[in-house]
Amino acid sequence: MTPVATPFFFYLLSGIMLIGGILVITRKNPVHSALALIVTLLAQASIYLMLYAPFVAGVQIILYAGGIMVLFLFVIMLVSIDRSMKERQFNSQWVAGLVAATALGGLFIGVYTKGTSIFPEHAPSVVADNNTQEVAKLLYGQYMFAFEIASLLLLVAIIGAVVMAKKRI
Amino acid sequence: MESMLHITTLHYLVLGAGLFLLGVIGVLTRRNVVIVLMSIELILNAVNLNLVAFSRMWGGLHGQVFAIFIITDAAAEAAVGLGILIAFFRNKETVNIDEVNLLKW
Amino acid sequence: MGQIVQYIESYLNTKGLTPGYAGNMFWVVVYIMLVFAGLSVAVIAMNWLERKILAHMQVRLGPMRVGPHGLLQPIADAIKLLLKEDIMPAEADGLVFWMAPLIVVLAAFTVFVVVPFGPEHAITDMNIGILFMLGVSSLSVLGIVMAGWASNSHYPLIGALRSSAQMVSYEVAMGLAVVSAILMTSLNATGTGTLSMIGIVQAQLAQGEWFIFKFFPLGLIAFFIFAVAMVAETNRAPFDLAEAESELTAGFHTEYSGFRWSLFFLAEYSAMIAVSSIAVTLWLGGWLRPFPNLLSGTPWNQIFSLVPGVTFLFFAAICFYNTARMPKHPLFRVQTIGLAGFGAVLGLVGLILFIPPVSMRVQDIFWFSAKVAGFMYLYIWYRGTFPRYRFDQLMQMGWKVLLPMGLGVLLCTGAVGLRSEIWNQVLVPLWQRL
Repeated sequence: MTPVATPFFFYLLSGIMLIGGILVITRKNPVHSALALIVTLLAQASIYLMLYAPFVAGVQIILYAGGIMVLFLFVIMLVSIDRSMKERQFNSQWVAGLVAATALGGLFIGVYTKGTSIFPEHAPSVVADNNTQEVAKLLYGQYMFAFEIASLLLLVAIIGAVVMAKKRI
Repeated sequence: MESMLHITTLHYLVLGAGLFLLGVIGVLTRRNVVIVLMSIELILNAVNLNLVAFSRMWGGLHGQVFAIFIITDAAAEAAVGLGILIAFFRNKETVNIDEVNLLKW
Repeated sequence: MGQIVQYIESYLNTKGLTPGYAGNMFWVVVYIMLVFAGLSVAVIAMNWLERKILAHMQVRLGPMRVGPHGLLQPIADAIKLLLKEDIMPAEADGLVFWMAPLIVVLAAFTVFVVVPFGPEHAITDMNIGILFMLGVSSLSVLGIVMAGWASNSHYPLIGALRSSAQMVSYEVAMGLAVVSAILMTSLNATGTGTLSMIGIVQAQLAQGEWFIFKFFPLGLIAFFIFAVAMVAETNRAPFDLAEAESELTAGFHTEYSGFRWSLFFLAEYSAMIAVSSIAVTLWLGGWLRPFPNLLSGTPWNQIFSLVPGVTFLFFAAICFYNTARMPKHPLFRVQTIGLAGFGAVLGLVGLILFIPPVSMRVQDIFWFSAKVAGFMYLYIWYRGTFPRYRFDQLMQMGWKVLLPMGLGVLLCTGAVGLRSEIWNQVLVPLWQRL
């Protein structure tokens, strides 16, 4: 499978992701923010495909876009948003927030320009066709313990969410 | 211009950093709890992008496995966070995090 | 010019690869057009078939007027829907209202990128084929939630919440049934299974039996769980409380009219065909003809290769028989000629399917389509037979009946598949230790 027009797709998808991210944090209506986040997540799944990680892309589409965002939309519909849409949208400390984010951005720029030598460009390895099988070998072999802990975490999250949202315990 | 046409790992890392910054701005400046939670999801996605980009650079699949674990973790955290939001909303009838100030002296 | 022809021909010379894998963009676009056209024809045919078959099950005739035996009824419906006024409720969220049918249609149609009509007759063969199909079909829940929310009216909102809760619940049971079928693909020499749709059918060919019969009755129970869950997933009877007219007017698509409603309707039928394709690929052997290993060899291959042509000639014979039964009244002349023409077209297609080169290429596609058509008939049969589930009964069945059954089938499939390893490496040393 030869890659086709990689720079075009990368710039297109990264543009979609960044515009989606900006829309998430600036929209007044939370439903619009959720839709922008769905677009960002789907663009991210496509970028995973470009990075030769099809299994992570599939998991992202099923779990994130098809599961977590449905949860977000349900909760947005349950919580009445009309009052919140008429209030002031941004914090009173928004200046401090922007300064902190700018400082972080400066740190990133410093690292990425000065430290280009720590990201050496390897020759891209030959991409075999069995990504899922290799991920499965790692997941059930070396990371088996982490897998079990993750399932325990999900159990705790299920019980926690049910208890938090119940009316009378 | 040629360096911009050949997509290296650095391109993906810069994209991840951009998403991370957007998420941080969202968490620090918005008042609506749901949008703060969505910005947290943006941050987690930026981290995932970094991990998968590095996994491609080094050739092993450990980064991808870690990314799968982070996605699982994000699902659990979103569920609990939204449960807390619903419980909070039931008490106070608002989704404004500035109003979570009962313990303020 | 010569380069373009060479580019087009280079794919025709590579054997055994789908166009997506071979990287040939031209053939990818051609296949996408073919699948899109075929899907549209299938949806139109489904519309007519549903009304006629339901009618005959209820001892009445169904549409008879528009064309001969109502054959032009779907076209009349399409023209009516296109000409209807496009109403948007006041105070409805315009952007979300407009995007909701688009998302549902996109999710329903993108799934067909990996559906395998043959060993190289798919648009592409992703490594994560079945995961992609399940994931993209779960995106339609988002469209439904958005449709209910944007209508700004409480019937659609309740209908959308109920529909999406039902779809999300039955996705879990579907996923478990799918995983237990995927487990069966790993019973080969290398010990690794595959998620790719073409690989699953090739695993059934290599193991010599369709997965519905494997480890009897485990394959059958997994198929049954998937068959029930897929009917609930597509919001069809008997699980169609959210869109039944007597319950909630029309559920989440109450406020949609004209072309937007027809998009929802198109997406519903496409989703039905998509999940039926999953069921056919995973359990019923995909494009394989009946008994590929038991009745193998050239004479049996030739007999089975005659079946597509014979099927179309049978349909043509039915058309001609009904032409003879038409009333001999001058007002029926146009319909009689129309039906005879339709029968002639079907007969011509059947005769073309007898020509050996055409017959060889069409074999796999025909068997796959025949099995999916069987599932479509089952869908219509369920609608005509079963009473509707109440919503709490529906959710109870999804979580309390199908989920434990799915887990049990998964555990048992894993245990039976590894029975020799469990026996030799766990139980025998344990017995020797005691």
